[in-house]
Amino acid sequence: MSSAVDQFKEQAEILTHDLRHRAIIQTALGKYEVVRDKSRGAFLDYAAARQAAAETKWEAVNHLDTHLEELVSKLEARGTKVHWAGTGEQARGIISGILRDKKARSIIKSKAMTSEEIHLNHALEQEGYEVVESDLGEYIVQLKHEPPYHIVFPAMHLTRGDIRDLFNRELSINSSDSPEELTMVARRVMRQKYLSADVGFTGGNFAVAETGMISITENEGNARLTAALPKTMVTLLGIEKVLPRLDDLALFLPMLATSGTGQALTCYNTMYGGPRQPGESDGPEEWHVILLDNRRTELLADPEQRDSLHCIRCGACLNVCPIFRNVGGHTYGTTYSGPVGAVITPHLRGLQEWKHLSNASSLCGACTETCPVKIDLAHHLLQNRRNSVRQKASTPWKLGFRAMNFVFNRPSLYALIPKFGRLGQMLHPLVKGTRLDPAYAWTKTRETPQIAPQTFKEWWKERG
Amino acid sequence: MTVTLFIPCFVDLLYPKAGISLVRVLEQLGHRIDFPAELNCCGQPSFNSGYWEEARVAAEPVLQRLKNAEAVVIPSGSCGAMLKVFYPQLFAGTPQEDQARALSAKCWEFSDFLVTKLGVTDLGAHFPHRVTFHDGCHGLRELGLKKGPRALLSKVRGLELVELKEEVCCGFGGTFASKFPMISTAMGEVKCAQAAETGAEYIVSNDSSCLMHIQGLADKQGRKFKTIHLAEVLASR
Amino acid sequence: MTEREKILGRIREALQVEAPRPGQHQSHGSLRPAAGAPAAQARAWLPPVGESAADQLTAFRTNAMNLKAAVHEAANLDALAGLLRALAAEEGWKKIATHQGCLTGDACGALGLPVLQTDGGYDVHSMEQCDAAITECDALVAQTGSVLVTNRSAGGRALSVLPPHHVVLARREQLLRDLPAAFQLLRQKYGANYPSMISFITGPSRTGDIERILVLGAHGPKKLTICLV
Repeated sequence: MSSAVDQFKEQAEILTHDLRHRAIIQTALGKYEVVRDKSRGAFLDYAAARQAAAETKWEAVNHLDTHLEELVSKLEARGTKVHWAGTGEQARGIISGILRDKKARSIIKSKAMTSEEIHLNHALEQEGYEVVESDLGEYIVQLKHEPPYHIVFPAMHLTRGDIRDLFNRELSINSSDSPEELTMVARRVMRQKYLSADVGFTGGNFAVAETGMISITENEGNARLTAALPKTMVTLLGIEKVLPRLDDLALFLPMLATSGTGQALTCYNTMYGGPRQPGESDGPEEWHVILLDNRRTELLADPEQRDSLHCIRCGACLNVCPIFRNVGGHTYGTTYSGPVGAVITPHLRGLQEWKHLSNASSLCGACTETCPVKIDLAHHLLQNRRNSVRQKASTPWKLGFRAMNFVFNRPSLYALIPKFGRLGQMLHPLVKGTRLDPAYAWTKTRETPQIAPQTFKEWWKERG
Repeated sequence: MTVTLFIPCFVDLLYPKAGISLVRVLEQLGHRIDFPAELNCCGQPSFNSGYWEEARVAAEPVLQRLKNAEAVVIPSGSCGAMLKVFYPQLFAGTPQEDQARALSAKCWEFSDFLVTKLGVTDLGAHFPHRVTFHDGCHGLRELGLKKGPRALLSKVRGLELVELKEEVCCGFGGTFASKFPMISTAMGEVKCAQAAETGAEYIVSNDSSCLMHIQGLADKQGRKFKTIHLAEVLASR
Repeated sequence: MTEREKILGRIREALQVEAPRPGQHQSHGSLRPAAGAPAAQARAWLPPVGESAADQLTAFRTNAMNLKAAVHEAANLDALAGLLRALAAEEGWKKIATHQGCLTGDACGALGLPVLQTDGGYDVHSMEQCDAAITECDALVAQTGSVLVTNRSAGGRALSVLPPHHVVLARREQLLRDLPAAFQLLRQKYGANYPSMISFITGPSRTGDIERILVLGAHGPKKLTICLV
């Protein structure tokens, strides 16, 4: 198997040349930008809201231990069973244990990136369980045997025609490509699954320490049903999702909607405080909440990049990222793609293997600019680059920069650059644009600039 | 006042007209120019690649030589951000940290220097063309330059400014352009297509490095527009 | 050592070094940190809503209708029953689901249709057969056009999402200005004994997962009707 960096480059080569793909993504994100700007514009003071969101997350993450303890004690007081998982493997083990204990056969899931992170579906299917993704986008990519393309828009790379073909083939039906009709197909399939599922599985967007609640944001109502009908409910949550107070949601629910989908508020924002309580008419008899570390504490231990744990997984940084827009979500080969994925994946899965994601950036800073919780994403990419070099430098690059310093710090040597440069330029056409060209990476698609007949320094000297 | 110029290597070697125009504009306003010809590189290539040790070696002469300058003016948002924003990070925790902060405080990207520091927007320029403006990302997002270049362009006689559809990176990104040429090229293609949509004859920017990338692609694709540095537009008569 | 102790241990060790405050790393445009509990001041930043009841009603109507929810007003309980009868006739309801409540009781009784009551438990397959769910709510939120329900106020967790049409019966005075007011109400009303489910419903169920094109009724109700008394 080739390395992660080779796969990334191969995929990037293919997708940057796939103009149809690029057009689909541009169109989808163009629609997003219009509504996002409208929703942000409706705020009385969006800049202050953003700063407050960042401050609140700072407070939450920098007192994570006390908030988690409060959350857990409040959850347990209402009969919720809380589990702690240090690794993905432990989390899978806990979930398997619950399923065995409940003699479950089928699991209905609402969207959870944490479950992608621990590759839960694959593991459960290996154990013989039926696992169904209920979010429409997630269902589509599940049928296609693909991971989600985007953390908020899982199937944004597919056209209605692609989805029609997929549904007709996988479900043996004969649907048109109308989004309405395709959505109703999924609705009908899912209704039956809901009525028979033994376990409902969810993620969570926020956890409120003060009141012991987990808040789930969605548009379709699938998470509502997942948390209402099956007898057992399982929620897998990253430990960084905690907010101190219930009132904080008054700010975070609209912030997430605005940045995530461009809505003022997502259709269903639901806070769960426990399993079915005495006197309540429905809901799961048991609720298991699994708190997942999976190397989040590694990020926490780096104060410089600790703010990447502020992430509310809205996807705004992916949407504005020109790299993401041109290579697409699958090229990253990670659960979390785009700028935030490039920042955190080296911490979660190893710096040397994933540093290329931090290198594959023009450092344009659009991510930092849009992040609703002010994560310093673009600078973290620089820090990952620095850290990877500190850990293991590339000798040719290191020598190259040293040679450059040697020349550039000596005016007499630097003065030779334009002279040799002009000579080199005369010879360049012999190899230009061919594989022998030392500047092939540039000249394959771009013309080279010419050394000026008179450089600035030559002009300045002549001027006296 | 005495204005110390920092001329980035690519302006010196490839786009001297940008630097020459800058000198003419500042002299026209009555300022004395100090040009340290021994400085060649701000250290950004090694800094952005993660080689901070090497970047400090490149940056140290810059810190030393500019120590006593009254104001340092740089005709590039990218190198400007390096001196202004990244030197303090690069030297954080070293004996030169204070020096880096002191230098940061008196460094100016040139359009910002004209508009914010000197309060000048009308330089008497004449440039009878339809143009569009490309915001270099470092200038735009690290230095917060957006209004300044537009204020300057608005006073240029005969100039018609048509804005680009999006505020998006041109794809240059220094060594990124060669390390990931396919992504860099795709980004540049988006930029060129949007520039062509404006119908502009010239793409103006305050960053020659972006313009080098855009022009390189445009020439290869046989596009009609040309690129020009903002200083050259301001020095046009 | 348990996994809980291990994780909390790692957290405590990591937090011994302080992280920079947000905004500090930015070279320009950073704002002064807000004092105290920041989100408590959210009203000063969120989309504005007028102070008068009339402004709030207008905002609620506009927002809800933009979300493709229907809003009706009834002068009194009789008019409300009339509204429901008209809806039932128009859509040909054969069976409805509801829960006990001051507003639901009379209005649903007057329909003369088979009724599934969720209070104290129900058969979910039977609820799946219902044409409409008629519930009460805790509040309406003008700022967002949302309906705030809990499983206590609205007949459980499934009732407001399972049937294809969700009809909410609310009193005019249940209309609140904004999200901060809604959270304040929750705190006052439930205090330490929160219902196990609290949900802000903002328009009928929707998806944009196919080409970002809006489709209503993805999993939950295709229609949301709010009747104000």
